[in-house]
Amino acid sequence: MKKKSLCLLLVLALSLVCLCACTVPEGEEQASPSANVVNVFNWEDYIAPEVLTLFEEETGIHVNYMCFTTCEDMIVQVEANPGAFDVCFPSDYIIQRMVEKDMLAEINFDNVPNADPRSPQTCQTLDFLLESPSFDPDIKYHVPYMWGTVGILYNTTMIPEPEDSWHILWDEQYQHNVFMMDSVRDSFGITLRYLGESVNSLDIPALFAARDKLVEQKQMGVVKAYQVDETKDKMVAGEAALAVVWSGDAMYAIDLNEDLDYFVPSEGSNVWVDGAVIPKTAKNKENAEAFINFLCRPDIAAMNWDYIWYSSPNKGAIELVEDPEGDYAYDYSGNHVLSPSDETLANCEWFKDIPEDFLSVYEGLWMDVKNTK
Amino acid sequence: MRSDMTLPSWAWIVMVAGLVAFVTMIVVSIRRHQGVKRSLFASPYALWMIIFTVLPVILISYYAFTDVNGAFTLDNFKNFWDSHYEMNKVIAAEGERLGVDYSAYIQRGSVNVDTLVYSLWMAFKCTLICLIVGYPAALFMADRHMKLGSTLVVLFIIPMWMNFLLRTVAWMSLLEDSGLINNFLRWLGLDSVQLMYTSNAVLLGMVYNFLPFMVFPIYTVLSKMDYRLTEASADLGCNSFQTLYKVTMPLSLPGVISGITMVFMPSVTTFFIPRVLGGGYTMMFGDLIEAKFLTEGNWNAGSALSLLMMLLILVSLSILRKVDPNGEGGGLA
Repeated sequence: MKKKSLCLLLVLALSLVCLCACTVPEGEEQASPSANVVNVFNWEDYIAPEVLTLFEEETGIHVNYMCFTTCEDMIVQVEANPGAFDVCFPSDYIIQRMVEKDMLAEINFDNVPNADPRSPQTCQTLDFLLESPSFDPDIKYHVPYMWGTVGILYNTTMIPEPEDSWHILWDEQYQHNVFMMDSVRDSFGITLRYLGESVNSLDIPALFAARDKLVEQKQMGVVKAYQVDETKDKMVAGEAALAVVWSGDAMYAIDLNEDLDYFVPSEGSNVWVDGAVIPKTAKNKENAEAFINFLCRPDIAAMNWDYIWYSSPNKGAIELVEDPEGDYAYDYSGNHVLSPSDETLANCEWFKDIPEDFLSVYEGLWMDVKNTK
Repeated sequence: MRSDMTLPSWAWIVMVAGLVAFVTMIVVSIRRHQGVKRSLFASPYALWMIIFTVLPVILISYYAFTDVNGAFTLDNFKNFWDSHYEMNKVIAAEGERLGVDYSAYIQRGSVNVDTLVYSLWMAFKCTLICLIVGYPAALFMADRHMKLGSTLVVLFIIPMWMNFLLRTVAWMSLLEDSGLINNFLRWLGLDSVQLMYTSNAVLLGMVYNFLPFMVFPIYTVLSKMDYRLTEASADLGCNSFQTLYKVTMPLSLPGVISGITMVFMPSVTTFFIPRVLGGGYTMMFGDLIEAKFLTEGNWNAGSALSLLMMLLILVSLSILRKVDPNGEGGGLA
């Protein structure tokens, strides 16, 4: 008897699981060509889920939401499936690559007044993002979605007064106490800045100098590990004193461990932006523009911002978030992680896409660093 | 970054020809040995093999011998012996363009070969430790007089129910500076030790993961062994050490060989363990291949490295086959 009822329970539980599984993937179904849809291709976990339902309710346009994990993967998908995507969210240097490959449609900003750089009254985008960024100087192809910087996350209990320079990563005091980024562009970027060069340097002697610096750092024994995703949680656990991180990861870590703090060294660094773009092959361009415009509406941008915790480029959203009477009441301007000072920003550079042949120099030198014993 | 995946027509022809040849080979050999009816039983597995083994190998070979545009080239293999080959070309061109002498920046030596040698060395150490630890364990497990033997077998199997990635990640919380071991040391009033992010941590992870592959083949052979042989050797005047050395060990050799292959092969190609426990400090060959495919997006160079890896494994397998021609260890050799 007991066994029978147990079996029954199990069967019930299983069927429940099946039912749940059946109802979930609504958003992932393929676009039917006749329907009023917009096909969105975004990073994993990079939008507040309620934003999509709100958009569908307000406009009646159905959103097909799909995700990618790396920009390179995204480009391959967009090229292989023309017409499958109406809005994508690549990073700055990938936007440049897509423009050079003639993959992007010019955005008709009449349909996107919330981000129109030509109409300062309605445009919500922060000014510094409109100062002809090198990857899209005339701002014809992209609308900023989220942005941030690369800097140093450090543990204030181990380092009360950090030196305001990338040199701190080469300080022998911090033996086995530095997490570097296992990523060629970021590691070379900061080292080049430390040496007073551009993060996009194509100068052979400068690149070799940067490599020697990184090799020296490894041989000194200050580097504890080269990693990317693991760093933030290790820093929360107090595994190291210093780490090179993106500002968003820094925010996440500081939220979990009050002893952590973040700064962008005085030599400057890399500032990045992820933008919304429309592929040339898009089938629903106007819906795509409506979607982008919706994302730039202050209340929606604030909703996304509250979910993602990178820096929002949306002035209206910042006002909403800072409103002490509002839902968020967050001190954004006082937060130096998300809102770096103008001097810091003036010191930061955009990534440019490195030409393919030169990339082999970057990769080759990085392999030298990784291979150093 | 490889963006177009279309193959030129000749590649399709080579691929189809390879497949047809392979299928005919299977069909002919099965018919010759077992008759028509039995060949039907093999068809599901043959299909599986074709899709998931033969086709990928053909694709890898195709990528290894072509460049980004799909033209035939041997550059990917030159890249292996001289890993700065592509880079040196760019540096020379850049020097010419600027009219500066960049010859001092031309790099010699190969990161790839270094990594391969390092991987082989690590795999050798791992196999040796597994053998030293695993052989006595297998002896113990196979001993008929030991009541604990079968319990030990179960204890060896239980961890294998869990995914090896999870088990490796679990080692982190033991070895970290703020982990269990160091906390215990601090509690005793001792200094904490740097355990994580060293090559020994990687070695530990490898031994931990691959030890069962050494123990079980030896255990299988030993438990199948006729125990009367040891009794006979005792009757004839051997002490227990001589029995072990002169009777048991030679008889268990096939299991040892099979264990060595099954540990050595995955050890050489290890990846993920060096990244998690070694903190990306030193690369092994598996990491190198992964980097070529995923971070550099250079499928051609990655395929060439994979092909060389396969070749290396084939060679070591054929050597082992010479030592254990009947495959008595029940393993891969």
